Amino acid sequence: MNADWPLWEVFVRARRGLSHQHVGSLHAPDAEMALRNARDLYTRRQEGISIWVIESARIHASSPGEKDPFFAPAADKAYRHPTFYEVPEGAEHL
Amino acid sequence: MTDYSTYALRLGDDALILSQRLSWWSSRAPELEEDLALTNVALDLLGQARTLLASVGDEDELAFMRESREFLNLLIVERPNGDFAQTIARQLLFSTFQLARYEALVDHPDEAIAGTAAKAVKEVSYHCDHAANWTRRLGDGTEESRARIRDAIENLWPYTFEMLEHDSLEAELGVDPASLRERWEVEVGQTLEAAALGVPEDSGWRPGGGRRGVHDEDFGYLLAEMQSLHRAHPGARW
Repeated sequence: MNADWPLWEVFVRARRGLSHQHVGSLHAPDAEMALRNARDLYTRRQEGISIWVIESARIHASSPGEKDPFFAPAADKAYRHPTFYEVPEGAEHL
Repeated sequence: MTDYSTYALRLGDDALILSQRLSWWSSRAPELEEDLALTNVALDLLGQARTLLASVGDEDELAFMRESREFLNLLIVERPNGDFAQTIARQLLFSTFQLARYEALVDHPDEAIAGTAAKAVKEVSYHCDHAANWTRRLGDGTEESRARIRDAIENLWPYTFEMLEHDSLEAELGVDPASLRERWEVEVGQTLEAAALGVPEDSGWRPGGGRRGVHDEDFGYLLAEMQSLHRAHPGARW
């Protein structure tokens, strides 16, 4: 494995109307090759119509150590969930 | 054998033998990502070969039971893989030609040939793109990568004459080799220029014979590897 090649994160959009989904990562020397490699690795079975790649180093992520201040306060606020509505009879796919 | 069958076999054998060569890279390419890229190309070619051989006869019989002298592929596709640069140079020189040939065959009266050509045009466009991209990178890379791709192009150049040469069969079937050659020269020339590599000089040595079944010594080893399993265990599946 060539240590000089940076890691890239790959996002694929499966079809029109859907958003790009993270599918995995790969190594490539630059964006052009990253797109080509992504095509070969992640769209072999007609998974997509559009690919985004971004250098992993460019992604800023929340740290696992901050899990509680970030996410715990949402745990006891049930009123934020849309569960207090009456669902009309016959309405599907809500 | 009819003219159409002979021509379909030529196209099919070119694809089959190059596919066999490229599949060797599986697990051996310089990067995992490149490993998949090359084997994807090999699989595309295998698909083309299967349709074309099946239009002539039993695809397994044709692929696994013919002798060396019965294969009609060009010599360039059977050239050994060599290093990565040699493989890329072979891809560049052959795929550019193969794409132009398939595009010319899209309206061919023979259904198998026209059908394969239409499907293959998209696949081979990508093969050309992959090869041209790597040729530029190697030519524009380090001193070593540059020396390797330059040697590779020079080594394979004599084999392009057989590829671009035409015979009465192609003329009869309505393929215009002059326009293929012109287009190939322009496209390969552009890539070599972008890679800061010149077009090699014609040394006068022009190996040929593949279309008549006369192959290089290496070809025997290729066939042994490709055919031995089927010959030892006819009809084996996995």
